[in-house]
Amino acid sequence: MMGTIDLDQCDPDFVKDLAGEPGGGNISACFTCRTCVASCPISAINREFNPARIIRMALYGLKEEILKSDFIWLCSTCYACQERCPQGVSITEFMTLLKNMAIREGHAPAGIRAQLKLVKGEGRIYPIDDFDNKKRNKAGLPPLPTSCEAIKELF
Amino acid sequence: MKYALFLGCTIPARARNYELSARKVAEKLGIELVDIESFMCCGFPIKAGDIDSSELLSAYNLCLAQERGLDICALCSSCTSALSEVAHHLSSNERRREQINERLSAVGLEYKSSPRVRHFARILFEEVGEEEIKAHFKKDLSDLRIASHYGCHFLKPSEVHDHFDDVEDPDSLDALVALTGAEVVDYPVKKKCCGGPVLPVDENVALSVTKEKLESLRDAGADALCLVCPFCSVMYDGNQKSIESGYDTSFKLPVLYLTQILGLAMGFGRKELGLNMNVVKTKELTAKIGL
Repeated sequence: MMGTIDLDQCDPDFVKDLAGEPGGGNISACFTCRTCVASCPISAINREFNPARIIRMALYGLKEEILKSDFIWLCSTCYACQERCPQGVSITEFMTLLKNMAIREGHAPAGIRAQLKLVKGEGRIYPIDDFDNKKRNKAGLPPLPTSCEAIKELF
Repeated sequence: MKYALFLGCTIPARARNYELSARKVAEKLGIELVDIESFMCCGFPIKAGDIDSSELLSAYNLCLAQERGLDICALCSSCTSALSEVAHHLSSNERRREQINERLSAVGLEYKSSPRVRHFARILFEEVGEEEIKAHFKKDLSDLRIASHYGCHFLKPSEVHDHFDDVEDPDSLDALVALTGAEVVDYPVKKKCCGGPVLPVDENVALSVTKEKLESLRDAGADALCLVCPFCSVMYDGNQKSIESGYDTSFKLPVLYLTQILGLAMGFGRKELGLNMNVVKTKELTAKIGL
């Protein structure tokens, strides 16, 4: 994380781009009380993840630095920050928006990309095979389909 | 009482003990759970990667229940939250609904209105009620000290769950556990996340979050942890051993689904509740109640 801000790195349109998307509209209401940081189970363990700082970086237009970062992926989407924000900033939704934007720009951890491919290809994160159905049958549970046609029509 | 049972991805493949015990408890309480084979992933796992596709999957699943005239009962907190959230968005955003319907027309579906989406534990808490549940109990669990883990998406975001429990001081699960006679254990980090969603990104961070709660539960002297989400179970039950060896510590804390605990009180046997499938051994625990 940089100590000083390089203004040449700032994208003044970033805040406007964010404002047009769900979760990005109300970040300018943040008055840096840091209730989000104090509530965050991840910040407590890894100081690299700091929701208040990410909001501030976004407001400064540090688009590239945010979207290329590893830290945005550390948000566990627990909603502790969003529930407690006195300014009503949808912090968890904002983090989800940043992750979505990062992927659109080609930056995403391999694990996230793999999940996306699996769900959009198979319709399930753990596709069911005959062996699963055998185990289900043994436990007295009904069988589930081993393939999903609708997913191919949807995507 | 009749609901479409939404299993999601993790439960049918990785948490058959949860599914088994939930079906047993539902049957005992006269809740009819209808299986819809064509349900897919709820959309939650791809929300971080592609929110449009995530919403489309949620809407697809909501439509399947809606066209059968059924409300949804989900066992997984993330499924409950993802489906509820999309129902919430689509009820107030006509433009989004039109976009979604354009995509859904490819599979001959139309999103008109949403069915109600409820977590099984919320149905027990709000709709079945204490007296009805207790009427089916045969066994007293008062020799057990049980702590609850609410997790995140069972309650939050609170507006999509109709604020049915207080996110800062929840008591729905504790109230259900208390019905069995078990002593409800309070502990300092009760409201914290399991760390699960971070697992595919940074295992060390995720397991550190999990460890913090396990330590707190050990200090509080809990005999078992009660939870209502298969992903939380992956963290506390499935990964407990690797946390013990990674941090050179010991917990040996049995982690049970709420439905397994209620099932024990209803007099079901260990195998009927899938207790043999829990990763951390539960035999010592059930021996305390004569099983």
